[in-house]
Amino acid sequence: MKPAFSPGDRVRVRKVDAPGHIRTPHYVRGHEGEVERFVGYFRNPEELAYGRYDCARRALYRVRFLQCEVWPDYAGRGNDTLDVEIYEHWLEPAAKP
Amino acid sequence: MSGAHEHGHDQGDHRHPPQPDADDTLAYPRKLEIAVRELLIEKGVFTADEVRAAVEDMDGRTPERGAKVVARAWVDPEFRKLLLADAGRAVESIGCDWNTPHVKLTVVENTPEVHNVIVCTLCSCYPRALLGLPPSWYKSFAYRSRMVREPRTALKEFGMELPERVVVRVHDSTADLRYMVLPMRPEGTGSMSEAQLAALVTRDCMIGTAVARRPEKSGK
Repeated sequence: MKPAFSPGDRVRVRKVDAPGHIRTPHYVRGHEGEVERFVGYFRNPEELAYGRYDCARRALYRVRFLQCEVWPDYAGRGNDTLDVEIYEHWLEPAAKP
Repeated sequence: MSGAHEHGHDQGDHRHPPQPDADDTLAYPRKLEIAVRELLIEKGVFTADEVRAAVEDMDGRTPERGAKVVARAWVDPEFRKLLLADAGRAVESIGCDWNTPHVKLTVVENTPEVHNVIVCTLCSCYPRALLGLPPSWYKSFAYRSRMVREPRTALKEFGMELPERVVVRVHDSTADLRYMVLPMRPEGTGSMSEAQLAALVTRDCMIGTAVARRPEKSGK
């Protein structure tokens, strides 16, 4: 098992409205960020929430977003960031800007 | 205790409204907790004393644990390096039990250029083993939404005026990481012992809504 993304990779959070116990915040769905680090493999909370403890482990990343890209009217500095933990199945590759 | 009472003091005689006892609501989640707990005790899964001891243990965790970790990182560069690379292993190495192995402790370091702050927008994830129970505002909707949406304004309301040149890095604890901020060591603390340094480390500076206390100057 190898993680699909490496630190520095550009990724986009899938913009889907899935039901259930989702740990991907709505505010980053559809947004692009950069993989800050691969965290490890963890059991998928979307399965765990329904008692499926034997579910497969999923790669988890910390993805760094620029605040000014997440919130178009962001009042702070241009390079303020927001780091969010996101599972691999919520990410797709994005082109370098 | 009766609610209203009368007494006289500086502001003149007045009647206080009855003070509601915040603990008296038998809301659905509380009923459910009591029912499940009593059933599990009846079935012999655990005893009432074990439940009590677990609560006592939870209440026994205070931010002093985190402060001890921070003070060690300030005086020991090797420990600091390990803390930033593998925080769980680092805190275990100084006898702080990171007793939640299924989540990964992650320490983020404040520098003159970067200020870190932690939030859990989805619920109230918090490094409880090191900081104890989260303050009520940490779980409030206002903190959870505003700290990601307008962190500089929210931090200002906590009394933190960050210079423009400092980058604000918000960490949303959405899944299996638990964050703690390693605050900057205050100036003028060069001669202080590790225990004296730990006393400067408050809960809020490990959340990122404050900086570490400055040492009191003698003969000010």
